Amino acid sequence: MPEHSETDELGAKVIAVIAHAQRIPPESISLNSTFEELKIDSLDGINIVFELEKEFNIEIPDEGVQNLRSVSETVAGVRKLVQEKNQAAPGAA
Amino acid sequence: MKRVAVTGLGLICALGNTVAECWQRARSGECRILPLRDGGSPAYKFQNGAEARDFEALDYFTEKDLLMLERFALMGTAAAREAVKQSGIEFTDDLGDRSAVVTGTSVGGQFTEEEGYLRLYRENNPRVAPLTIPRTMANAAASRISLEFGIHGPAYTVSTACSSANHAIGQAFGLIRSGQVTAAIAGGSEAVFAEGLLRAWEAMRVVSPEVCRPFSADRRGLSLGEGGAMLVLEDWEHAQARGANILGEIIGFGMSSDAHHITQPCMEGPAKAMAWAIRDAGIDPEQVDYINAHGTGTQANDVTETQAIRAVLGPHADRVLVSSTKSMHGHTLGAAGAVEAVLTLMALECGTVPPTVNFTTPDPACNLDVVPNQARKAAIEYALSNTFAFGGLNATLVFKRA
Repeated sequence: MPEHSETDELGAKVIAVIAHAQRIPPESISLNSTFEELKIDSLDGINIVFELEKEFNIEIPDEGVQNLRSVSETVAGVRKLVQEKNQAAPGAA
Repeated sequence: MKRVAVTGLGLICALGNTVAECWQRARSGECRILPLRDGGSPAYKFQNGAEARDFEALDYFTEKDLLMLERFALMGTAAAREAVKQSGIEFTDDLGDRSAVVTGTSVGGQFTEEEGYLRLYRENNPRVAPLTIPRTMANAAASRISLEFGIHGPAYTVSTACSSANHAIGQAFGLIRSGQVTAAIAGGSEAVFAEGLLRAWEAMRVVSPEVCRPFSADRRGLSLGEGGAMLVLEDWEHAQARGANILGEIIGFGMSSDAHHITQPCMEGPAKAMAWAIRDAGIDPEQVDYINAHGTGTQANDVTETQAIRAVLGPHADRVLVSSTKSMHGHTLGAAGAVEAVLTLMALECGTVPPTVNFTTPDPACNLDVVPNQARKAAIEYALSNTFAFGGLNATLVFKRA
């Protein structure tokens, strides 16, 4: 069973974005899912990254995109970028 | 040289979602140029168009497919599926390597391009949708068709405005005739009802404010249409050997350039395309029974096309049957040659010439038998199908009844 304890609000949002971009139900995605299992190819990845940037108002560097291979990596990457953004602009939403 | 059989047809346009449905409406003379579902704001100067309004992409594709393919590619692929199904052909490993896909389109993925511009220039948002490139590329339909059926041979797209599909079919015909490939899917698709494109057509002042009336004295311009049409072409002997139902034959192809004016038609270019197609087919001009005309319904086209037909056929022009099915399905631009190839092949098979509808008044400058308003039974053996494009590029196919 996936570790649901780690699926906090940010994680759930990331999963929702992936689900929407892939046109698959969010229930079919867990933190432990790999992109391979979810049949997410490189082109799908570009779509997902685009939606994540919009959802979290972050900018994901091109190199980062190529290294994404799983949902947990994606959540961790997004979390890092969101934290950096919040530190750079304290008080921002 | 190999003979080229047609073993499958697929058609989606304003007349319907299948060849059978479209042919039923065409032979009944039903005009499907109807009020636009979105007439523009401010309103376009024309309010009618031949939309493929029954085409629901989700009936054919998954939601995920729709992220990757836009309307012109969806219609082209859906038409290819119908054609392949009818032909019963299977592109197994070996045949897949010896088969081709050649598609035509005039502008490709216009909707996606316009959405990108909206974000960039109206919303000042530099983030253009990530799949804009694969969605807009003119070869989107060719690539998808090749991928879907496992066709590994030549696959490409021809873009010559309103002659695109005839050039595409002509290319595939040449590939098979010369023995370079054994089978091909060829045709065209176009989705014109995007706002920017409609404004551009409006600015050209060639779209009729009512409906197109080809060869009629009161004609006021063309009517825009959308659609996708594909043919399965096959080496005759291969088709026979696998017991395929051969629907018709392509026996000749002619192409020419006016080298005269970028939009103003002239008689000589179209006449050369027709004459060279007839010569290529190895028949006499007197043997042509039916011409599916380019017949756009503009003042200039219909006069020059009449002159060209007279120049090529001589006195036989008084006997040949000519019709413009654009009066029913509109001018589908880069798909036109393919839509009209399907209807021409059906005409040969059924011995029924589809009419030129919306015809009210004979024009002395278009004094041909244009089969006005009602289909006509006729034993036809050989037929031409003309396309003449902006840019002065002409392409004519010659079909023979099977």
